[in-house]
Amino acid sequence: MPDLIRHDGIHDDEWTLVSAPEEDQELTLPDGPALLPATVWKENRDQFAGRNDIGIWFDSHEEPEAFAEVIDDLPVIAVNFPKFTDGRGYSIARLLRERYGYKGELRAVGDVLLDQLFYMKRCGFDAYALRADKDISQAEHCLNVFSNTYQAAVDNKEPLFRRRKAEAAS
Amino acid sequence: MYVYDEYDRQILNERVAQFRHQTDRALAGELAEDEFLPLRLQNGLYVQRLAPMLRIAIPYGMLRANQLRRLARISRDYDKGYAHFTTRQNVQLNWPAVEDVPDILAELAEVEMHANQTSGNCIRNTTTDQFAGVQSEELTDPRPYCELIRQWSTYHPEFAFLPRKFKIAVNASEGTDRAAVQVHDIGLELVNNEAGELGFRVYVGGGLGRTPVVGPVIREFLPELDLLTYLEAILRVYNRYGRRDNKFKARIKILVKAMTPEAFAEKVEAEWEHIKNSPTRLTREAVDSVKRFFTEPDYQALEDNPDTLQAQRAESKAFDSWVKRNVDKHKKPGYAIATLTLKKTGVPPGDVSDRQLEQLADLAEQYSFGELRVTHQQNVVLADIRQDQLFELWQAIRPMGFATANLGTLTDIICCPGGDYCALANAKSIPVAEAIQRRFDDMDYVYDLGDIDLNISGCMNACGHHHVGNIGVLGVDKKGEEFYQISLGGSSQRDASLGKILGPSFAREEMPQVIEKIINVYVDNRTEEETFLDTYRRIGIDPFKERVYA
Repeated sequence: MPDLIRHDGIHDDEWTLVSAPEEDQELTLPDGPALLPATVWKENRDQFAGRNDIGIWFDSHEEPEAFAEVIDDLPVIAVNFPKFTDGRGYSIARLLRERYGYKGELRAVGDVLLDQLFYMKRCGFDAYALRADKDISQAEHCLNVFSNTYQAAVDNKEPLFRRRKAEAAS
Repeated sequence: MYVYDEYDRQILNERVAQFRHQTDRALAGELAEDEFLPLRLQNGLYVQRLAPMLRIAIPYGMLRANQLRRLARISRDYDKGYAHFTTRQNVQLNWPAVEDVPDILAELAEVEMHANQTSGNCIRNTTTDQFAGVQSEELTDPRPYCELIRQWSTYHPEFAFLPRKFKIAVNASEGTDRAAVQVHDIGLELVNNEAGELGFRVYVGGGLGRTPVVGPVIREFLPELDLLTYLEAILRVYNRYGRRDNKFKARIKILVKAMTPEAFAEKVEAEWEHIKNSPTRLTREAVDSVKRFFTEPDYQALEDNPDTLQAQRAESKAFDSWVKRNVDKHKKPGYAIATLTLKKTGVPPGDVSDRQLEQLADLAEQYSFGELRVTHQQNVVLADIRQDQLFELWQAIRPMGFATANLGTLTDIICCPGGDYCALANAKSIPVAEAIQRRFDDMDYVYDLGDIDLNISGCMNACGHHHVGNIGVLGVDKKGEEFYQISLGGSSQRDASLGKILGPSFAREEMPQVIEKIINVYVDNRTEEETFLDTYRRIGIDPFKERVYA
């Protein structure tokens, strides 16, 4: 079973990422918890009602806006990085967390490399399926590479200019 | 100017450590070249034609004497003893070794300098008017806003992997625009609204390169404190909807054009509605605390145009010419703004040696409160010179090569490094600049021609800003041979416009003669008051075409 990084350490990943079925194919669910393509899940939503072992994944061009009303039902949402240089997933993550208030697990999947982990964490991810050829023992270091930041993001709602002021006043 | 506190220092030192870790892994083969590429670019490191190139940021163009001395030492210890000022308020080293770059960044960090986001598909160094804070025309000093943008954009977690590079420029002068805001991804112009409140006019989607565009205004007035939330809204729309399938169509200008500026503005406004009152909204206190770093130096009460200066000008024609061309009016009586040109014939525009960097540090300390500025025309500015010390300064800079009195003229050429250094270039640009400078070596004639922007780029990435030159020169490759295409009528000023291509391109050796013919058409047609650009706009391109291709 592949490894998954969470902020409390490395875990076995029990969730299976399911690809979108081809046009003439039926959706087949794997044994155990599954992450379905967001649109597939939406089309079959009634079928999965009340199940806490079904999550969804977004591709980088997909829009979380269309799922704003339903994301509370989902235990896990994954965002795919088709290439690590495709930065759309960072915006998607912030929208899910900050605009739509998603509280469940938010995973980065796909071309997930070490040097992007810190930015992903700041944008609201809390689980990472690191690309298999990367050295997972370095993940913790890379997740915590800066001890402070200038801007507000999901991990810190107050930009430094407000915190500086607070400290100067205290 | 801005001074780091413990937060800035800590964040920067952690960045240096991070890049050392990344470089070590790249050298050990743990990071593939394509994985290391965006990381090194965001730390200023290119791999170029002859050697790596390191681009160091100069936020809002300001440098202190100790920073100049450190740049001198770095260029001596790690490079070949010279550096190059670029068209975007950066400085480049042309020959550092990749394995030395973490050490160079550590040395820079000691003097509050860095190479953060000077390259890569992220928000680049924010540029502004080199006369900020010292000229009387501006509405307010733009530099505090540049510093706020610097902090907001530095390692922004959402915008480190944009579709393409992203450049912001800020201007605060009503009559002039030394920052070329209309040809940036975002141009910000400080303005007052009808109620007298301070804010920004926002241009989005300008830029040069392969598809040059003069940026449209997407918001006439943005209240001052909304600056960062609005930038965040623009960047989020761009990050999500900018094209990623084709790097030549990935700049924000393509998105704005495709959507139309109106529809783009609507999308930004809709996004902004959600975040305009988020904690990223600036506070009065935050703006004021940054403004305190840009207060006036300790000016003395002096008289304008002192007798000594008048006498010196009367005595020396060469000094008088330099004052006329290279010295600008200061907001304080008795002071002046002096531009030292890095355009001596035979020296690539913008190049300085380690020794010259130290001389500049000495000059800044001796004459200008220890600071200087760099310009997008690749010159440097001593912004606070006492008028009664101008003569002394001029005498000091003549042997150093900084007194070429050609500012704003035909021979004050903006020129990219071109094929001599740059891996992207199709043609050399430095020898073309030099040949034109040699052809126009009669300064009286050059002064008579008045203000002319001649800009040269060695490829269509347009680092030499050829599109907005009154005369633009673009190096092109034709079956492995270098040719040069001319455009006329560009301007980066308030009346920003893009040059129009004159016609078929020329071989390098023809260039000085072609420029001479173009100049002759101007001289034959101008009225007494007209600049080159005025005449061109009145008579159009045809008379130039006829003469050049006759």
